[in-house]
Amino acid sequence: MNTLQLRAEGISFAYRDQIVLNEIDLAIQPGELVGVIGPNGSGKSTLIKCLCRTLMPQRGRVWLDGRELSSLTAQQIARHIAVVPQAVELPPGFTAFEIVMMGRIPHLAWWQNETAHDRDIVRAAMEATQTWTLADRLVNHLSGGERQRVVIARALAQEPQILLLDEPTAHLDIKHQIEVMELVRCLNRERGLAVLIVSHDLNLAAQYCSRLILFKDGRIYTSGSPRQVIAPDILREVYGVNLLVLPHPHTQQPMAVVG
Amino acid sequence: MIKTQLVGTRTRASQQKLTYPIRAHRGALLLGASGVLIVIGAMAATFGSVAIPLDVLLQIITAKLPGAQIVATWTPTWETILFDIRLPRIVLAALVGGALATSGATYQGLLRNPLADPYLIGVSSGAGLGATMAIVFGVGAIPLLAFIGAMGATALIYALARAGGRTTPTTLILAGVALGAFLSALTSFLMFKNDSAFRTHQVIAWMMGSFALSSWQSVATMLPYLVVGWLIVYVNARVLNVLQLGDTQAQQLGVPVERVTMMLVAAASLITAAAVAVSGVIGFVGLIVPHAVRLVWGPDHRFLLPMSALLGATFLIIADTFARTLLAPSELPVGIITAFCGAPFFLYLLRQRKESLV
Repeated sequence: MNTLQLRAEGISFAYRDQIVLNEIDLAIQPGELVGVIGPNGSGKSTLIKCLCRTLMPQRGRVWLDGRELSSLTAQQIARHIAVVPQAVELPPGFTAFEIVMMGRIPHLAWWQNETAHDRDIVRAAMEATQTWTLADRLVNHLSGGERQRVVIARALAQEPQILLLDEPTAHLDIKHQIEVMELVRCLNRERGLAVLIVSHDLNLAAQYCSRLILFKDGRIYTSGSPRQVIAPDILREVYGVNLLVLPHPHTQQPMAVVG
Repeated sequence: MIKTQLVGTRTRASQQKLTYPIRAHRGALLLGASGVLIVIGAMAATFGSVAIPLDVLLQIITAKLPGAQIVATWTPTWETILFDIRLPRIVLAALVGGALATSGATYQGLLRNPLADPYLIGVSSGAGLGATMAIVFGVGAIPLLAFIGAMGATALIYALARAGGRTTPTTLILAGVALGAFLSALTSFLMFKNDSAFRTHQVIAWMMGSFALSSWQSVATMLPYLVVGWLIVYVNARVLNVLQLGDTQAQQLGVPVERVTMMLVAAASLITAAAVAVSGVIGFVGLIVPHAVRLVWGPDHRFLLPMSALLGATFLIIADTFARTLLAPSELPVGIITAFCGAPFFLYLLRQRKESLV
């Protein structure tokens, strides 16, 4: 079972003079499904990039189970943390299988070839994401939803303990949004994968995440259970609009709707 | 075998065209291309001022093998022509063709730019300046100075691109174009200042590329650099595939992007510099061959790199055979032939695969 903890300790990041992340403290506990929500430009995507060392925070530290992220190689990090980026472009001409196989790179030394073991893992990852039937298709012929699932399969092929998703449901229709979120929840529950998911969709996040972190202007405005975070006064303060919050008829989780 | 499932309203014709049914037979394809290379090489050796029939040619070669007992039915001159003139030239053309195609494939993959060619990173302008200095100042040692110029320009361009922060494909290309223009201006100035028409002509001829001065010595000179460069590039074939996802995703998949970029730029430039040093600047091979391979067989570098090398070698042998026979006894610069045949063929491919991967 997964016991890795990813923890940010007072991290700040600025592009030139513009501060995007300001003194962020947060931790993803093993087996947790955390949602990060907040308005555009509140620093959510930058947070993901700092948590996998695509960007180095100018201040503060990121810890992966007692080791500082900056002391690890890209390959070491990629064995534990997989990232599903926002609205991925995949290079044309590669098959879905080949793209998912790229997820095995962190586990292969430069002289090693992919083995049957790697192919088994890729197959399992593709079956879990229902992309195995697409294995021989060229990725430039897949729909947005299929492509997104292929990228999630690639992340799974990394055999990570922590999965970071940057708006995985953006640009997807409601059916594919639900498919992706169900898949993420299933992976979280059945494999104990710790998940941090950045989302624009308050209701989707509230339905699926056990904890929400609400960003505003590069700071954590508040965090807690969906019921604590999705509240009319908080949303008015952060988004500047009046929303009605209703309990979901079945799950009792909060839903924000236009009032 | 790859079968496309035709789903929904997506354009069916393009889907069918874009599958690579040959993907399963890659080993056989590479073997076939090697066979073609050898046959073309042997046939090229029959052409020239003295025509040596193919069967005699094969006998001359087998006679050289240890333990062979073949009675010589040919004059010793033929043997000299074959072993001292034609074979080194053909082998060198093959090596240079393979070198240029490999480094072109590497640059196109690394910079994710289909217009990248072996000369983009200033290799040719650096080599040009080196060779021009060697010729104009009468130093001799053209290959050596060309090689130093090529590698020096590459290092300078890499340093310049890096100075602006992280080396991205765009900064590398821009730095390459800018420094290339600067070095070419220096070269032009040297040519303009020099008042020997003969030397100017020599510079121009060198810039268009030629195998006229090939020898086993040039083969031996370039081979070690080639082998080192090739090894580095082939080892990184899988990484080149991952780089097609972009720097960010490659990094998130555990690729040390900065280090790999530097290593591949160095390797590809080494390969190109070695080729340029022995043959001058031969254009189009490095641009077109990898591109054509990608159009036909797809972008997987594990196949793209060896296939480009084999076809580049074959193409340059053919081009050089035309260069030395078309206007015999005088020679055409082989660069003219590569551009003359390469460009139309490339346009043809582009039209055939218009909806493709470019």
